[in-house]
Amino acid sequence: MDTTISFEVNGELKTVTTHPSRPLLDVLREDLGLTGTKYGCGEGQCRACTVLLEGKAVAACVTQIATVENKKVRTIEGLAGGDTLHPVQQAFLDGAGSQCGYCTPGMVMELVAVLNASPNPAEAEVLARLGRHLCRCCNYPNLKRSIRLSLRR
Amino acid sequence: MKNKSDCAMTPDHDPAAWSEGVDAVPFDFGLKRRAFVHLLGTGLMVVFSAPALAQRSGGRGGGASAPSISSRLHFGKDGVITVFTGKVEGGQGARAELTQAAAEELRVEVAAVRLVMADTAQVPNDGITAGSRTTPFTVPAVRQGAAAARELLIEIASRQWTTDRDQLKVQAGAVKDPVSGRSFSYRDLAANDIAVRLLSQPVNAGVQVTPVADWKILGKSTPRPNRRDLVTGAHRFPSDLVRPGMLYGKVLRPPAFGATLTGIDLAPARAMKGVVVVADGQFVGVAAPTVFQARAAIEALAETARWEYVSHPSHQELYGHLEKHAQGGVPANPFPDEISRARKVLREDYHVVYVQHAPLEPRAALAEWEKETLTVSLGTQNPFGCRSELARAFHLAEDKVRVVVPDFGGGFGGKHTGEVGVEAARLARAAGRPVSLRWTRREEFTWAYFRPAALIRIEAGLDETGKLSCWHFLNINSGGAGIETPYQVPHQRSRFVRSQGPLREGSYRALAATANHFARECFMDELAAAVAADPLTFRLAHLQEPRLRAVLETAAQRFGWTDRFARKQPGLGVGLACGTEKGSFVAACVEVAIEPKENRIQVRHICEVFECGAILDPDNTRSQVEGCIIMGLGPALQEEMMFENGEIKNASFQRYRVPRFVDVPELDIHLLNRPDLSPVGAGETPIVAVAPAIANAVFHASGVRVRSMPIRLPA
Repeated sequence: MDTTISFEVNGELKTVTTHPSRPLLDVLREDLGLTGTKYGCGEGQCRACTVLLEGKAVAACVTQIATVENKKVRTIEGLAGGDTLHPVQQAFLDGAGSQCGYCTPGMVMELVAVLNASPNPAEAEVLARLGRHLCRCCNYPNLKRSIRLSLRR
Repeated sequence: MKNKSDCAMTPDHDPAAWSEGVDAVPFDFGLKRRAFVHLLGTGLMVVFSAPALAQRSGGRGGGASAPSISSRLHFGKDGVITVFTGKVEGGQGARAELTQAAAEELRVEVAAVRLVMADTAQVPNDGITAGSRTTPFTVPAVRQGAAAARELLIEIASRQWTTDRDQLKVQAGAVKDPVSGRSFSYRDLAANDIAVRLLSQPVNAGVQVTPVADWKILGKSTPRPNRRDLVTGAHRFPSDLVRPGMLYGKVLRPPAFGATLTGIDLAPARAMKGVVVVADGQFVGVAAPTVFQARAAIEALAETARWEYVSHPSHQELYGHLEKHAQGGVPANPFPDEISRARKVLREDYHVVYVQHAPLEPRAALAEWEKETLTVSLGTQNPFGCRSELARAFHLAEDKVRVVVPDFGGGFGGKHTGEVGVEAARLARAAGRPVSLRWTRREEFTWAYFRPAALIRIEAGLDETGKLSCWHFLNINSGGAGIETPYQVPHQRSRFVRSQGPLREGSYRALAATANHFARECFMDELAAAVAADPLTFRLAHLQEPRLRAVLETAAQRFGWTDRFARKQPGLGVGLACGTEKGSFVAACVEVAIEPKENRIQVRHICEVFECGAILDPDNTRSQVEGCIIMGLGPALQEEMMFENGEIKNASFQRYRVPRFVDVPELDIHLLNRPDLSPVGAGETPIVAVAPAIANAVFHASGVRVRSMPIRLPA
């Protein structure tokens, strides 16, 4: 039944009492009000729900809340420093990376994870990682532009 | 609330202008129905009589528009300028475009305009956001309203200053008197009683809008006004909305299409803490404090549900089914004499499967009741249509229903209905609290409507000079959009025959124009081959429309068509296609490679030329063209709904593959700007040339004619 789980979200310690197999996505959105992370498929196929778990990109929809106990989660809301956007966010803004924008938070978080792991990744490698993400507006050319802008910053 | 007496019909709302309707779900929650209840074990067993299930409803849109200046614009005493529109933003760029349109005519910066979209309590009814109609209809309406406000500003200033109005001009949101240097702004307008009265008058249809040559804002790229909120996650999509005390809804779905609920035990779900269970006719749903709990409750209900099944054709039986159910039978070719006189006759069938729009944000709605007044916030392309749908379902007057549409996560013609709003509202009424209902991906793949499948039959005759002498084109089931051939043929007839498609059907980006262009442009290629002509030359020999010739010739030239077609390389092929729909013109040239091991088609290069009159926003127009092309690659090459025994077999992104980064070929997109022509929409037509150009390229590469979408070669 319900258990109490503590984890860090965007630098703040959070404690929730909930069913251990609830998806991290639901807890972020429903319990913590962090709706920037999106549901797209519920099975890790579209990656709209990508967040950072200990700095690595995971699909929050297939991450059970029990597995994040005492770990650090970062969501799109925790990226900008006040009014200053994270360089990846700024690149998506400048590169017109959003049409409807529903895939944007997931793509941004994936790219942040890639850049965290290696500051100068090869473009092909980055595109392969982003290749897991869906954009149904098929704004891929502008997304590629936004990714390239991110790599230059 | 806007003044309802301001309303009048505009061409934007003429349901007759639509060739295809959407299959509606006929909810009726207004009347008490006789449900016969008895006990089963410890639980409450409800047994239902069989209801009427899905039936078709024709027509769409409906409603009226408000032509007074104040119904379109509001000038605040704080200087804030608000523009109202019934259009929605689902990623296509209407918010930026309509903001541009208002700013241009008001002579203010884009940032000075706040656009309120699709809140039925505030905005005029601009019709459904579909059919590429925002650009040709709503942009002019907004421009006229804004131009009328600008003229009024000049009028009031000239009266106050007794200055000849011809001396006065609006710049940066204010009229300046060149003599005295006095200034009168939109902010002053708000405080002027005469102005307030005049603003409530109808917009003079003859008001002068800014000529293209003088555009300062229109014609230039304008980024999305709310782009910052999209990259920070601050924007609230319909599925992100939250209210105090809100519950999360979930609906019990039948295990198969057409299945009827004959009995269910509600008790186990009712015993769950915090769960509200609703059973009303065939509708069974729950509302719970979390999605997780709602799902658990639905799973408990599903275990006890008893269903009566009906037989349902599978995707393998699709085309036989469509032909068999063609309404009035399959009509004969009306040109038997021309056929018998023809030098050559070709006759082929083309098939197009069912596909889903699969917007990244599934349908979502938040419903709130306040006594007998209902507010529903949801992702839909049809706010006023949804208001009617809700009013009908709950037997309410339309003014008791408010529909609000936050900018949402993609529509593509797939969100013309409000079923998720009706479901949320039914749950909220029972719960006595706001309810948010968010469809899952599986529900979206199964219970949203599909792009209709098509069986297309074409027969054409060629004369001794190698020109088309007669043409008979039948679209069975999928629709009449783009069905008329743009080619010159002395005897021609193109018609759409309705059938009984086995799945719920509705609109999709470009409607049936994609299927009709696929069949026509592939068949034109076959005809060209039959007379050993270059497909480009053959088309041009039958084309008079200068705008279509222009895009085709430009594309062929940019692509280097003539050389590449003649210089055939092993494993590679080139193909082209063109067409016109909704007032715009498109041509595409494509190169494909056939991967020899698995006979897989790889699209390597697409050159597309598009013309939609005067371009309002070059960057967004290009994005729409790119989006159309890449989205179109899905149904062209791989998307197909599989169904059997009334069940969708591939209701997930894992089993229903849509285009990803890796699928994007080299793109050469060229927009032909025609500032001398009225702007029309760009979000649909660019999709229609993609599939036929690929199929034609596959023939060029492999010698195999693939007459079905998705285009696949046997492995």
